[in-house]
Amino acid sequence: MIRAVRTCFIALACIAFSAVLAASIWAIAGDPGQGTLPQLLSENMSRSGVEHPVTAVLLNFRSYDTLLEIGVLVIAGIAGISMSKTTSLEDPELRTSDPLLYALQRWFIPLMLVLAGYLLWAGADRPGGAFQAGAVLAATGVLMRLGGIPMDFLRPGLLLRLGLVLGFSVFLLAAVVSVIGGDAFLAYPPDMTKPLILVIESVLTLSIAMVLLALFVSAPVNDAEDPEEGDPS
Amino acid sequence: MTSYLLYALAGAALCGIGLFGLLRLSHLLRKLLAFNIMGSGVFLIMVGLPQHQSGPDPVPQALVLTGIVVAIAATALAVVLIRRYYHQSGMTSLEGEAGSREGGPL
Amino acid sequence: MTDWLLDGLLVLALLATAAAALFSRDLFRAVVVFIAFGLLMAVAWVRLQAPDIALAEAAIGAGLTGVLLLDAVSHLGNKRQKALRKTRDPDERGSDPS
Repeated sequence: MIRAVRTCFIALACIAFSAVLAASIWAIAGDPGQGTLPQLLSENMSRSGVEHPVTAVLLNFRSYDTLLEIGVLVIAGIAGISMSKTTSLEDPELRTSDPLLYALQRWFIPLMLVLAGYLLWAGADRPGGAFQAGAVLAATGVLMRLGGIPMDFLRPGLLLRLGLVLGFSVFLLAAVVSVIGGDAFLAYPPDMTKPLILVIESVLTLSIAMVLLALFVSAPVNDAEDPEEGDPS
Repeated sequence: MTSYLLYALAGAALCGIGLFGLLRLSHLLRKLLAFNIMGSGVFLIMVGLPQHQSGPDPVPQALVLTGIVVAIAATALAVVLIRRYYHQSGMTSLEGEAGSREGGPL
Repeated sequence: MTDWLLDGLLVLALLATAAAALFSRDLFRAVVVFIAFGLLMAVAWVRLQAPDIALAEAAIGAGLTGVLLLDAVSHLGNKRQKALRKTRDPDERGSDPS
């Protein structure tokens, strides 16, 4: 009885929330937009170093957001690894081995690697970029993990740490160097914009893939270690 | 009225559905799904509303792209935490919720 | 006209899959419907003329989230049966290989 009343109350509150939200969207949509952001963007595209507007926004005009975003990702990855219950992220017991999966992998993994590289390169002038390429690369890693291909770089050590922080540190380095050079934070030198963006995008791809993969492999809880701890007392 | 506005309104409805699920469901994985659906609604509003006013706009699109990647990282971290919590306590819902094993106060 | 029909159907499908993902009785089915929701979101991004987000959503929403959540569901499901067995028969605790 109390449950039903509570459910009704929650449902009413959520419907009211949706209605208020929709009403405010309707009210805002009635206004003519006076933002000049799209015009500003199209006027300054030639200075951004890339031809695709979304990539230009992500890695040049609003690169501060992207810098903080990769920072958040690195923190999430570190938190996930430190929560993981296995001694090494590369634990042979956690792999599954399936001949069908293995046969599929021999076709899929090279294709997915090529796709990730293409997406990274395509980001300059058409849809694509570091985030999509990072996601595809992470999916490749997950497939390798499920198929039982050993991935030694996942052992806690230099390679894992380097892969996690590479994107953030290179990005931060580019930002700080421009400050030391007397320019604004994250202002790229005008003649090196395109190669700098390409380098940052490549390391971002690696780091994003590494963080997502680390979060995936740190999820399993190996309960062979302390069976008593899991018992609800 | 453009089709962009339709998607923004659908985003508002998704927010409501997600909020209801977040408050009402007790299983932690379901709460996570509800949270993700709510996030999708916010993304739809963020892209749909400005595009209704001034046509395709790369700035909110880039921000939403960042948001999606952060959302998947948060989801993965939440799955790690949920599995750890389950390993420690043997429950799939928070203490005091309706579905927890101890049957805490409603 | 066809555009409006497509948009309307897509929005309806989005809302229906969202509701089904939350309130379906079986957790496994809920996760599968959620993956379908992610794919529909990718189509919606294409309709919103945001191909970048559509690419990211297709790779993340359908691929990574699906694997992550299905893995978690199978883990939680197995553990629950094991826990039930444990509470029913405490003598078996030592002989139960993980």
